[in-house]
Amino acid sequence: MSAVMKAGDESAGLSRREFLARVGALGGLVLIAGVAEVVKAQDAARYGADSMPHGWSDNPLAFIAIGEDGTVTIVVHRSEMGQGVRTGMPLIVADELEADWSKVRVTQAPADELKFGNQDTDGSRSTRHFFEPMRRCGAAARTMLEQAAAASWGVSVSEVQAVNHEVVHRKSGRKLGYGALARAAAQLPVPARESLRLKDPTRFRYIGKGKTHLADGRDIVAGKAQYGIDTRLEGMLYAVVARSPVLGGKVVRYDAAEALKIPGVVKVLQIQVSVPSAKFHPLNGVAVVAMDTWTAIKARNALKVQWDDGVHGSYDSKAYRAELEQAARKPGKVLREAGDVDGAMSKAAHKVEAEYYLPHLAHASMEPPAATARIVDGRCEVWAAVQAPQVTREDVAKHLGLSSENVTVHVTLLGGGFGRKSKPDFAIEAALLSQQLAGKPVKVTWTREDDVHNDYFHTVSVEHLQAGLDARGKPVAWLHRSAAPSIVSLFGPDPKHEAPFEQGMGLINMPYDVPNLRIENPEAVAHTRIGWFRSVSNVPHAFAVQSFVAELAAAAGRDHRDYLLELVGPPRLIDPTALKDGWNYSESPQRYPVDMGRLRRVIETVTREAGWGRKLAKGRGLGLAAHYSFVSYTAAVVEVAVGGKGELTIPRVDVAFDCGPQVNPDRIRSQLEGAVVMGVSLATLGEITFKNGRAEQDNFHQYQVTRIDAAPRQIKLHLLPASDWSVPLGGVGEPGLPPIAPALCNAIFAATGKRIRQLPIRDQLASG
Amino acid sequence: MELSINETKVQVMAADDTPLLWVLRDHLGMTGTKFGCGMALCGACTVHLDGQPTRSCMMPISAVAGKKISTIEGIGATTAGQAVQDAWLALDVPQCGYCQSGQIMSAAALLKGNPKPSDADIDAAMTGNICRCGTYPRIRAAIKQAAGKLGAGK
Repeated sequence: MSAVMKAGDESAGLSRREFLARVGALGGLVLIAGVAEVVKAQDAARYGADSMPHGWSDNPLAFIAIGEDGTVTIVVHRSEMGQGVRTGMPLIVADELEADWSKVRVTQAPADELKFGNQDTDGSRSTRHFFEPMRRCGAAARTMLEQAAAASWGVSVSEVQAVNHEVVHRKSGRKLGYGALARAAAQLPVPARESLRLKDPTRFRYIGKGKTHLADGRDIVAGKAQYGIDTRLEGMLYAVVARSPVLGGKVVRYDAAEALKIPGVVKVLQIQVSVPSAKFHPLNGVAVVAMDTWTAIKARNALKVQWDDGVHGSYDSKAYRAELEQAARKPGKVLREAGDVDGAMSKAAHKVEAEYYLPHLAHASMEPPAATARIVDGRCEVWAAVQAPQVTREDVAKHLGLSSENVTVHVTLLGGGFGRKSKPDFAIEAALLSQQLAGKPVKVTWTREDDVHNDYFHTVSVEHLQAGLDARGKPVAWLHRSAAPSIVSLFGPDPKHEAPFEQGMGLINMPYDVPNLRIENPEAVAHTRIGWFRSVSNVPHAFAVQSFVAELAAAAGRDHRDYLLELVGPPRLIDPTALKDGWNYSESPQRYPVDMGRLRRVIETVTREAGWGRKLAKGRGLGLAAHYSFVSYTAAVVEVAVGGKGELTIPRVDVAFDCGPQVNPDRIRSQLEGAVVMGVSLATLGEITFKNGRAEQDNFHQYQVTRIDAAPRQIKLHLLPASDWSVPLGGVGEPGLPPIAPALCNAIFAATGKRIRQLPIRDQLASG
Repeated sequence: MELSINETKVQVMAADDTPLLWVLRDHLGMTGTKFGCGMALCGACTVHLDGQPTRSCMMPISAVAGKKISTIEGIGATTAGQAVQDAWLALDVPQCGYCQSGQIMSAAALLKGNPKPSDADIDAAMTGNICRCGTYPRIRAAIKQAAGKLGAGK
C-alpha cells in the first residue's frame, strides 16, 4: 500500500498541550517534577481529555493514511485489551470520513503522546475522551478529500459531497474514489478545527449502530492475533525471573549451579533495582535466560535464592484484617460531614450497624505479563502488552539511561489488562536484561505463578457502616468508615489514607440525601503493591453501601426497590463538589454532575425488566444494587437459586446501563456481560491472602475464577438511550462491575435470609 | 523428533520433557496456541491429539510422537472447526481474544463428537477453559449456532 497521506506532521496544534502533568491518570497525586506550575499558569481547571498528560490530538495526519488503492488506514492510539477500542475508535473516524468499512485497515500506534495525545488506556476514558477528537479527525480528512475533488473538477467545494469512499459532484454526476484523490488531498492544509462540518447524527452509518464486526475477529479465531507474549525476533532469547516474593525484598545471595547445568540455559543474571518506592519498577530478582521458555522455567525453578524480605516480611492477611477492623471501629480522618451524626444516631428509633470485608484480588488476565526488548546502536525497541505505552517508553528510557526519543514501544494486543498492564514493570525487565546481554533480543514471560505472586493487587478493605433510622425506617444518620490501603503507597511515603480518586469512587460521593452524615477514612498501611483493578475502589465501596441499603430496607420492613428509590430521591443534578468530591473521574462538575434522575431511571428500568416482585420458587431470590461510577449509571438485578446444601446458581442477571450516547452498542453489551461474570467471580471465589509477606495462592486451582458452568445462564442487558448526541459520554469498561457483587449478595439474602458481609462467598452458604 | 501437526510432518529438537505448548510456540513459531497456566487448569493451550482436546502445556513431546496434532492454525480446515470459527465471528464472541484459541479448540472437539450439545454438555466440555473477560454467554450461544449450522448442512 502506498500511503500518500502521511502521518508525521506534528505541527498541528499539539505543542500547547505538550507538558501536562500526570494529574488525571494518577488522581492528582503524582506530578512530573516542575510541571505543576506550568499547568496552573495556563489553566487552573482542566477537565476530561484536557486534564490528561499530553491531552488529545485530532490531527488527521497523525491518525489517517489513504493509499492510492483506496485503502484507508486508521491508527488506534489506545491499547486493545478486550474493550473493543480497535473497533470503536476507527469506526468513529471512518464514519465521519464517509469511509467504506470494508476498505479500512486498523493499525496500532507506537508510544508517542506528542503525536497522538494521551495513550493511557484506563479509567474507562478512551471513547469518552476521544469521541470528539476522532470525529474531527475523520471530518477533516473528508473535507480535504472534498476540496481535492472540487479543485480537480474546478467547481465549488459546496457542490461536492463525500459519500461511501468517493466524492460526488451532484450536478454533473462525476465521481472520484478516495484512492484517486489521496495524493492531491495530502497536499492540502489541514482545515481549521472551527471550520469543520461534523455529520448530523442522523447520517451516522457506523456510530451507534453496533453492526461493525471486530477489527481483529478473523485474526483471533485463526490464532493469528499477536499478543505481547507472541513476539518473536531473530536470535531472541527467553527469560523467566525469580522475583522477591515480598514487597521491597532483596536478593542476599543466589546459587545458579544447578540451573546452569540444564542444557539450553544461556545465562543467569540479576535484576537489581534500588529505588525508594515500588512505583512501576521491576522487582529485585534473578533471571534465567535460555534458548526457550520451558528451559528458562525449569532453570528458574532450580535456582536457589536467599531473600532479605525487608519490612513487609510479616504481612499476614488474618492479622491485617483484624487491624483494619480495629481501625474501622474507631473514629478516623473525616472526609465529609453534614449535620450531627452522633446526636441523630442516639435519638434514632432504630440503629443498624454492619461491617463488610473484601480481600485482595489478582487481575489474572489470561495472558500473563510478557514483553520483548532489544537494543541496537543505543536505541531500544520494546514489544509489549501495555495499557500505558508512553509511561512504558519513559520508564524504560530512565532505567536504561537513554532519552525517551531513543526508545520505541510497539504496543501489541493485550490478552486482558484489567489495570494490571498499566504498570510496565515487566517491559522494563525485558529492557534491562537485553542491556545486560549486549542488546540481544530477550522476551520475558511471567508464569501464572509469577503473575499471582507479584501482581499489583486490588486493595483489601473493611467497610464499617452505621445508620440511625427514624420511626418510618428512613435513615436520619449515616456513618461510613472505609479502611483500605491506597494505590498511592506505590509512589512514595505511604499516605495511609485513600486518595481523592479512591474516595471519589463511591465513598465520599455517596449521593443519598441523609441529613446527618459522616464519612471517615481511618489509617491503613500497604504491605504489598496495590494497583488499579477494574472499577478500583468502587468495588468495596459499592459492595458496602449497596449491601447496607438492603440491610436498612430489611430492618425497616420495606421493599428494597422502593426503599432505594426513596433514598435516591427525585430527579435532580448534584454538583460533585457539594459531595466534597473534587475529582469526579477528572470530568467537569458542570458538564458531568451526578444525575439522580438517571440513577433512578436505571433502577426503575432494571427492576421492571427483571420482573421485580415476581413470585419465585423456594430457595430463589432477586437482589438489586445500583451505582454511579466512571460518570455512568448502572443498576443490576441478580436472580439466584440456592439449593438445600447451599449450592449457588445464578439463572439470570439483568443490567440497566446509561452511559450517555452509545458509540458501539455491541461492545458496550460485551463489556457489561464481562463485568457481570467478573463481578460473580470476585463475589463467589476471588481472594488473595498473604502469609509471611507472600501471596499464598499460586495458580488457578487456588486463585479461582468463574468458569462457564457457574456463570449466569442468562444475562439481559437494557441499554438506556441518550436523548441526543450532545449528552457527554460516560465510561463503559468499568461501571458494569460494582453493582454485581452486592446485587448477588442481596439476592442470596432474599433467597435464604443469610446476609453475606465478607467476600468471597465461597462456602459460606454450605452450613445454612 | 518428528511430529505431525495440522497434517504436516515437522522435525523438532527439544528436550523430551518439553511440553508440546512450548515446542509449538518457541520452536515452531505457532503462537496461536496460548500459555495461560502451565498446569492444565485454564485451557488456553488446548490442541487436539488424535482428535481429542488436550492441554498442551503439560503434554511432553515425548508422548506425542506418532499422534496427529491439530492446532488453532489448522482447525479451520475441519467442518466443525470452521463452523465454530464462523459462529465466533458472527456473534463477535471475543473480547481480548487470548483464550479463544483454546475455547475454539474445545468447542470444535465437542461438536465433532456431539453435534447437538445440551447446556450441560457445553458446561462439561467447556468448563476447563477460563475466559477472564467473561465471554461465556456468547461462547454458549456460538456453540449452539455452530451446532445448528452443522445440523442443517447434513
